[in-house]
Amino acid sequence: MKKLIIVLLMLPVLSLSSLSHAAGGAATYPLMEMEPDLNDKASLQRGARTFMNYCLGCHSLQYQRFVRTADDLGIPHDLMMEHLLFDPSARIGSLIENTMTVEHARQWFGAVPPDLTLYTKLKHGPEYFYTYMHVFYEDESRPLGVNNLLFENVGMPHALLELQGLQRKVCKEIPRLAENGGEMRDPLSGEPITAKACDKELIERGFSPLELVEGTGQLSPEEYDQVVYDLANFLYYTGDPNRLDRERIGVYVLLFLAFFFVVTYMLGREYEKEIH
Amino acid sequence: MSAIQQSFKNVMDWVDARLPVTETYEKHMSKYYAPKNFNFWYFFGVLATVVLVNQLLTGIWLTMSYVPTADGAFASIEYIMRDVEYGWMLRYMHSTGASAFFLVVYLHMFRALAYGSYQKPRELIWILGMVIFIALMAEGFFGYLLPWGNMSFWAGQVIVSLAGAIPVVGEDLAVWVRGDFNISGITLNRFFALHVVLIPLVLIVLVFLHILALHEVGSNNPDGVDIKKNLDEDGKPVDGIPFHPHYTIGHDLPAIVGFLFLFSIVMFYFPDGGGYLIEAPNYEPANPLKTPDLIAPVWYYTPFYSMLRAATFPLFGLDAKFWGLVVMAGAIALPIVLPWLDKSPVKSMRYKGWASRIFLTVFIIAFFILGYLGTQHPTAGRTLVAQICTGIYFGYFLLMPWYTSVEKTRPVPERVTMR
Repeated sequence: MKKLIIVLLMLPVLSLSSLSHAAGGAATYPLMEMEPDLNDKASLQRGARTFMNYCLGCHSLQYQRFVRTADDLGIPHDLMMEHLLFDPSARIGSLIENTMTVEHARQWFGAVPPDLTLYTKLKHGPEYFYTYMHVFYEDESRPLGVNNLLFENVGMPHALLELQGLQRKVCKEIPRLAENGGEMRDPLSGEPITAKACDKELIERGFSPLELVEGTGQLSPEEYDQVVYDLANFLYYTGDPNRLDRERIGVYVLLFLAFFFVVTYMLGREYEKEIH
Repeated sequence: MSAIQQSFKNVMDWVDARLPVTETYEKHMSKYYAPKNFNFWYFFGVLATVVLVNQLLTGIWLTMSYVPTADGAFASIEYIMRDVEYGWMLRYMHSTGASAFFLVVYLHMFRALAYGSYQKPRELIWILGMVIFIALMAEGFFGYLLPWGNMSFWAGQVIVSLAGAIPVVGEDLAVWVRGDFNISGITLNRFFALHVVLIPLVLIVLVFLHILALHEVGSNNPDGVDIKKNLDEDGKPVDGIPFHPHYTIGHDLPAIVGFLFLFSIVMFYFPDGGGYLIEAPNYEPANPLKTPDLIAPVWYYTPFYSMLRAATFPLFGLDAKFWGLVVMAGAIALPIVLPWLDKSPVKSMRYKGWASRIFLTVFIIAFFILGYLGTQHPTAGRTLVAQICTGIYFGYFLLMPWYTSVEKTRPVPERVTMR
């Protein structure tokens, strides 16, 4: 009887949660925190290097020019030409494009890799991209051998696989939850009582369902974090390359208007005196 | 009189004999008497003019680099943002200006509702104002397609396809508007022509007539008192002050600068407005195969969009979509007849009765709720709330002849008050 009442009480909650799923509010992988920093020129330069070496083969930055990028990031033009511009027909003033055709892209990946100039704007910030590059995992059922927690059945291979290494989906022993929501502990030893959890359950409890296979990547997890951070930071820059300029000019505009307001306000008071 | 003054006078006499420049200047500026008790709510007419000028000027420069084709439009916007010198500033002034335009126009309209500025003898000013508002909505809609982002495409798709809900001629009408079977480069081209030539011309003419009609009968004021009833020995209104320079420089200039300050904060630091001014899906090019998760119009259309979606059931053999269109069109058009719905003997909310005050307050709240709901996914509960608020919106207007004639009003003072 008690159980029946609980089930009946739970019904509205259950139906509500299924509603939100139908509306497209399905729980996806939670986004990781990432604070972009456009003043960190070294980070942006490293991000540009990673992009040109690992991403540009498939993803263009077709609205951004090499020269603008070089100037904004403090890269001398000759170094940019020598180390970051691989297309022999491209000049420093060219747009950052690649040579992959739409037909080839469809044939190889089933879809055209999106242009990334505005990607962080499209995704409400760099966090989506930053998280996405962290959660590729081995999946033999996929044509390219990998899948992604954030973008299920993604058509893209893990471009930074050699840096990060291979991640596998695993089940983990995590503390069981008591009915009151707290973690269950053994009454004698005080040790947490654990239970095996997989996939969604792990994500919901705030654990990663992925585990790095030792020795498959060139970088340590911390070094890889930095590479992805720099890359996300760089794409944050390309999404809105005027941001620093805009915010700098804005200060002068606001200062002028504040000053001008005082002048006009005092002038207005003089006219007011005539009325009353 | 010095030689320079004398020659200036000679020139002006020569011109005035051929074109009434001095007479016009005096009639509309230096000897146009406006009530002296204008308050905060009287800034928004001049601010709307400022924004109109901003839109016209930035629009001209944007047009110099914009490419109105399906292949070139999206890239040309990014070209303006990145490669044109200060192009980003022009574009953000224009995109922020669009929202600012609606903001000040809504506040301007609220002022008219609160102080009865639509009542006799100002009916034509109000009607012209409503036509300006409708033209402005059209201008915003056509302009929204031009960046050719994915939200541009789908918003255009949703709104044009509404025409398809009209019985018999609907589908043909939609094709005629689009010039194609789907929103395409052809649609983009014609929307561009309408956005940069036709509607701006219409707007300028309407604004001109709006101001001309205003200066014919004179401005209303927060007390709704006719200042022309109290004239001094020279025939000037005792409670009036010359529009120029007292209002232009003394009253409006600080307000314009203050407005530009707020405008600049948004433009320089929050140009996307948290996704409300420039929506995230518009950062990828139009894609007929990829529908955004949520197709929401920009904030200034959302109250009307909510009313469109609030019609959820078919009636008289016509489907709900058609009735949604009727409700939305009705909601936009109904305020035009407002001057004849208000039966109150007084103009200003200061002297109207409690019924008018409560109705106006509830109306404003319902309008805000509708605006919010228009940005959200519809659910059963939200649709119900939208239906109730739609009822309130129409109730405010349709019940007005009743509640303004039965309520008890307060005595209106002889002269304007300075509070």
